[in-house]
Amino acid sequence: MNTKIAIQNLNAYYGKEQALKGIEAQIPAGGITVIVGPSGCGKSTLLRCLNRLLEETNGVRVTGQVLLDGEDIYARKADVTEVRTRVGLLAPKPFPLPMSIYDNVSYGRRIHGLEKLERRNGRSLDRKVEQYLRAAGLWDEVKDRLHDPASGLSTGQQQRLCLARALAVEPEVLLCDEPTSALDPISAQRIEEQLKLLSAETTVVIVSHSLRQARRLADHIIFLWMGNLVESGPSAQMFSAPRDERTRAYLYGDIG
Amino acid sequence: MGSTEINRCLSLFISGKKNYIALMKEETLIRPRTHGQRWRLPLPKFGRKRQDQVAGRLMGALTLTAALLAPLMALALLLRALPILRVTPLTDLLTGQDWAPLKGLFGFSPFIVGTFWVTGVGMLIAVPPSLLTAIFLAEYARPRLRSLLIPLIDLLAGIPSVVYGIWGILTIVPFIEKVAAPWASRWLGVLPLFRSENPTGYSVLAGGMVLAVMVFPIIISVAEDVIRAVPQGLREASLALGATRWQTIWHVVLKRAGAGVLAAIVLGFSRAFGETMAVLMVVGNVAKVPNSIFDPAYPLTALIANNYGEMMSIPLYDAALLCAALILLLLVLAFNIASRWVLTRLVRYE
Amino acid sequence: MKRKLTELFAQTLMGLSLLVVIGSLALILGTVIWKGLPALNLAMLTQVPKGGYYLGKEGGILNAIVGSLYLAGGATLLAVVVSLPIALFLQLYANRSRWVQFARLSLDLLFGVPSIVYGAFGFTIMLFLGMRASLLGGILTLTLLELPIMVRGMDESIAMVPQALKESAYALGSTRLETSLKVIVRQTAPGLMTAILLAFGRGIGDAASVLFTAGYTDRLPTSLMDPVASLPLAVFFQLGTPFPAVQQRAYASALVLTVIVLLTSLISRGLTKRLEKHIVR
Repeated sequence: MNTKIAIQNLNAYYGKEQALKGIEAQIPAGGITVIVGPSGCGKSTLLRCLNRLLEETNGVRVTGQVLLDGEDIYARKADVTEVRTRVGLLAPKPFPLPMSIYDNVSYGRRIHGLEKLERRNGRSLDRKVEQYLRAAGLWDEVKDRLHDPASGLSTGQQQRLCLARALAVEPEVLLCDEPTSALDPISAQRIEEQLKLLSAETTVVIVSHSLRQARRLADHIIFLWMGNLVESGPSAQMFSAPRDERTRAYLYGDIG
Repeated sequence: MGSTEINRCLSLFISGKKNYIALMKEETLIRPRTHGQRWRLPLPKFGRKRQDQVAGRLMGALTLTAALLAPLMALALLLRALPILRVTPLTDLLTGQDWAPLKGLFGFSPFIVGTFWVTGVGMLIAVPPSLLTAIFLAEYARPRLRSLLIPLIDLLAGIPSVVYGIWGILTIVPFIEKVAAPWASRWLGVLPLFRSENPTGYSVLAGGMVLAVMVFPIIISVAEDVIRAVPQGLREASLALGATRWQTIWHVVLKRAGAGVLAAIVLGFSRAFGETMAVLMVVGNVAKVPNSIFDPAYPLTALIANNYGEMMSIPLYDAALLCAALILLLLVLAFNIASRWVLTRLVRYE
Repeated sequence: MKRKLTELFAQTLMGLSLLVVIGSLALILGTVIWKGLPALNLAMLTQVPKGGYYLGKEGGILNAIVGSLYLAGGATLLAVVVSLPIALFLQLYANRSRWVQFARLSLDLLFGVPSIVYGAFGFTIMLFLGMRASLLGGILTLTLLELPIMVRGMDESIAMVPQALKESAYALGSTRLETSLKVIVRQTAPGLMTAILLAFGRGIGDAASVLFTAGYTDRLPTSLMDPVASLPLAVFFQLGTPFPAVQQRAYASALVLTVIVLLTSLISRGLTKRLEKHIVR
């Protein structure tokens, strides 16, 4: 198993309250890793540590190491924007940027100057935008109104736009924080399908409070309980033969 | 990586070309790379991260400069007021009753007292109706009525102070002269506060009334915001116990919104305190401590505005007026800091 | 029964208060229109004062109209250039260090400083620099006056940006600068515009700060160093003359000033609506 992200003794504090307690875990390259656990156990906090977005919240302190391909993203000389470029995020509620649909998708590519490469290869930004809108399963619905404001889309479409936007930067890892929680079942299903397809070439990390979703998607499971990591491992093993008593209780619905 | 790219996006963005994406596409697709030099922002060619850092530092420096403006103002005024402070001690200036620049007498007492009189009367008139209106708008008015009235009240806030002044001269002053003053001296004349010896309507009351109307919109809009921010659950809890709407507002809503409502009043007070033109036009401008609301007064702001042009020939006059400005500034700053202090305490105990 | 009476009494009082507030607004606008409209004519708007204007002869207040637009326009431009970075800094860059808290406090305090103090300060600085009353001096002083108003408005509207939107931009690897210029500014465009036009309205209506710093002249300004007339002062000076005909013109000038301010506020509303199309809620 090839490790993409290695989390070492990770602690996070909101003021004096400790939200993550010495997390040690490995996220394999490729496939879908699902972080599960009851609400308030630190799932989202852990996820947001992985692209250093947590530090944008006031009064948060993070200690420990997160190694991305063996390099600590919390190291003093690490570049935050580069980390976030390599590790993308799909938030629980869609927040399109205040611009057109086209600009939303091309935004990341433009700020990172990715077109320069494209120009050399003779590929156009248009084609990229189309490619990623297709990848998010949105192309057919918006191809005639690419230059309309993104705020005019439905919530389900907005979430898929956010997926396309995140993909357009070509991240190595995509973090998804309860990506379907604000969506209707149909849109949720489409997002799940896209994530499944995507996991062939990208490492996908999903936070979910739904065990059923975890069962459907996960190749690998991380189980958190009150800020502690209880158990992690391949999904099949976790669901069939959990090692820890708390995992078993959670899986059978006795707790959480 | 990509700094030229960002430069170009920025320059297009800033130059307001809406279809800059289209422009970029065109260039990407058709034009050869060497074609023409597009004007771009003269930003130094740093990497993105460096640009961000430099911008952050510049913005920080700008913020710090702006933050130092208040102390700088006090310092500059102090330096210019020094000549008079050397001749007359500050306590004498503050308590001195006589204002006779030609004799070298600079007593600020009538002006300071005048400022407080006019502002005080203004706030007394302004606060009750503004708060009641704010409560009405927040608690009773239907959404449609509110969306009609709030822009109107905001409009009131935008009217320039000279216009308030004109309105005061045309309506308030005659009203006081012909109606209010005779009526008050007939029925309330036993109280010194209402005794009228001023044949004109230019008076503390006129200044106060004009100020009151000026601060209406300030108090109303802030107080209305604060009252509306009180969680609906609190109201429902009170109403569910059988309280009437007014009881709910009085005992629950206002208690919760108290500090914010006080902040609204403070904001209004501070605006009224420093108002110059509108007051100057209706207050009479007589350098004597007023005894009744029908007496004329001479606030600090009016003193500065009225005399600044002609001060050059008289020694120390200039320093005295800038000293008045300094006193005004320090009073406003002290009042604001004190009210902040009180408000943070209030919020803490809520 | 007593409770019902209290309720009724309170409602009556509120009704009366509303009447007083709205009534005084109507009375002000009514007075200005009723007094100003008869004296208003085309010559007032298109001519500068001619010989004997202040005795009731020919001329207009074009000098004041143009002067006011120059003063407030210039000051608003300058204030935007200074305020936007400050507001962005306070919201996106600033940490919770002591000096940032001091900066916030200081800017809040500036909001309450009377305009006459800005005028006196501006004049002091101009004396120090050896400048005379001029367009430039007026613009600079008005900029100081508008600065805290604009910063507060912009700061408030940037503070309303959902945290999740900022994070969306950061999560794509944007720097703070890119997030500010490309995302925050667009998202808050209506709020920024409101703040800018509010400051413009305050600037154009303020008399006390330009009283000593901009001077007054009957000519149109040709350079930044020329003294310049302004509408509030035109109102004030014309009102101060003993001639009824000139006082009439003061009312007309006040009407012109009021119309400009009200138009600004209307434009602000219109622009806000147009700029709202990209906004994410």
